[in-house]
Amino acid sequence: MNAQPIPARTNKDLDYRQMRRSRRRARFLRNYQYYLLLLPALIWYAVFAYAPMYGIQIAFKNFNGAKGIWGSKWVGLRHFEAFFNSYFFPVLLENTLALSLYSLVVGMPIPIIVALLLNEVRNQRYKRFIQTVTYAPHFISTVVLVGMILIVLSPSTGLVNMARRALGMESYYYMTDPAAFRHIYVWSGIWQNVGWSSIIYLAALSAVNAELHEAAVIDGATRLQRLWYLNIPTLKPTFTILLILSVGSLMSVGHEKVLLMQNDLNRTTANIISTYVYERGLIRGDFSFSAAVSLFNNVINFVLLVSVNFISRRLGETSLF
Amino acid sequence: MAIKIKQSRTDRIFDAVVLVLMTLLMLVVLYPLIYIVSASVSDPDMVNQGKIWLYPVGFTLEGYYRVFQDAEILLGYRNTIFYTVVGTLLNLALTLTAAFSLSKKDLAGRNVIMFFIAFTMYFSGGMIPSYLLMKNLGLINSWLVLIVSSGISTYNLIISRTFFQNGVPQDIEEAAFIDGCSPVRAFVSIVLPLSKALIGVMALYYGVSHWNSYFSALIYVTDRSKIPLQLVLREILIEQQMKATMMQAGGFVDELLLDAQVRLASLVRFSVIIVSSLPVLIVYPFLQKYFNQGVMIGSIKG
Repeated sequence: MNAQPIPARTNKDLDYRQMRRSRRRARFLRNYQYYLLLLPALIWYAVFAYAPMYGIQIAFKNFNGAKGIWGSKWVGLRHFEAFFNSYFFPVLLENTLALSLYSLVVGMPIPIIVALLLNEVRNQRYKRFIQTVTYAPHFISTVVLVGMILIVLSPSTGLVNMARRALGMESYYYMTDPAAFRHIYVWSGIWQNVGWSSIIYLAALSAVNAELHEAAVIDGATRLQRLWYLNIPTLKPTFTILLILSVGSLMSVGHEKVLLMQNDLNRTTANIISTYVYERGLIRGDFSFSAAVSLFNNVINFVLLVSVNFISRRLGETSLF
Repeated sequence: MAIKIKQSRTDRIFDAVVLVLMTLLMLVVLYPLIYIVSASVSDPDMVNQGKIWLYPVGFTLEGYYRVFQDAEILLGYRNTIFYTVVGTLLNLALTLTAAFSLSKKDLAGRNVIMFFIAFTMYFSGGMIPSYLLMKNLGLINSWLVLIVSSGISTYNLIISRTFFQNGVPQDIEEAAFIDGCSPVRAFVSIVLPLSKALIGVMALYYGVSHWNSYFSALIYVTDRSKIPLQLVLREILIEQQMKATMMQAGGFVDELLLDAQVRLASLVRFSVIIVSSLPVLIVYPFLQKYFNQGVMIGSIKG
């Protein structure tokens, strides 16, 4: 009885070893295909995301097209000093921060309120209809959005000024008024993205445990109480993540929309760091100087993001990484 | 929530308040859109005199007629369709393959690769170094630049990876591997067919961003024959109107309004908005049901 299993075992061992080898080979074969699938994307990141970082050095050089990025002469922090000492620095900083803080303060709570209320709409079809309508502006291009703003606010033919004249008031030149710029920028942004930004909160709300709500109903909680004590706390992690991201990008107000809204008369508030980089660098050809401005901006953003994330994690809240 | 219970009075008030507020929001968002549509089919004189505020007055399709007569707009339209189709295909190819590989938890080096990918969301070379790179690659004024420069959106990559990780059952793939299926084959014949929702949403996100982008073309493309629709729109909707506003601010109101050219511009600007936005606005409602679902919650956590 005992004699038989021994040769069988060695056989099995052999089989096992072979199997393991072939399995390892199969796993390698499989893995190599995974890397093959990954390769195009990695090449893309190397060329279009990391190669530009090599070019950041021109912020510390006097870029000369003929000599190229590497051959241009080092000048240390000269461009940074020139920027910090320039008349534009405090203005740009103020304009950028004011615009993004305004967007943050208005843009964070409104989508949450909309999501909370939309979640309470009982008629599912009507709810879906409201969603379809409020998502629509998100898909409109920035050019069309700013074009619509110009149409609606036109001093002669715009709806707003027609209404003003009908009420016996004078036409108002909104687009050329520096004081109006921030309001127009922020509230048109709300109009465009309020529905879209509420999606992420709606998704979080759909994850609220239904049993909690049932228990609350049995305990006699009103809908408002359920919203307050059950739904709002659910949104906290999502809110924290989005807040970290927003604070981390406080200094990086996108240039695309501001650039379209800018004109010679509203520039005192409509000139921000990113549009300044575009104007100095690509219009006027000060490559090194504007690369320095943009690097300064990038570094501040990065530091902001990492510190907000750190603080949030320290406080025992959700963190990004 | 299917809790059937007699509603209290406060709950009914709550319901009413919710309905009123949401209806108001919906109307505020909808109204400018309706106005543009109505104005696009109205007599431009009526529009300029403020006779239109809700429904069309003096119905005419002149504006649309002009738009389809305009060689620049048509060329821009054609270019944009090309950039959008080719660009989106490249986006999908790059994003989905990478997301599939990165969704495999036992892939060696996965965390390192993810770190380098996620890092680009928070730090980048910036506008000038990117411009110099494109210049060195000889891509300035080439149609290729508009396609490759936006090859991958890291945000979309992470959404896709999360979808493959959670939305596609691993068991099916495991079973296929035992039957001798290769990863590439599993990706093509198992994972992709199970990911139609993701592919649809990704195609929409990428497609819309190609369709709507103007800035890359503004800095990289100067050749008039290659400019996309958004740049043509920028000239019609922004530059001309801004000029008119500036002139009005200087006090040239009436002469300008009488000008036939301006009348024509105001005729075209509404219809051109509709013609350029319609393709996108028609598509997204079909994918709307996926927005709320798992696709959207591609948690940003790296």
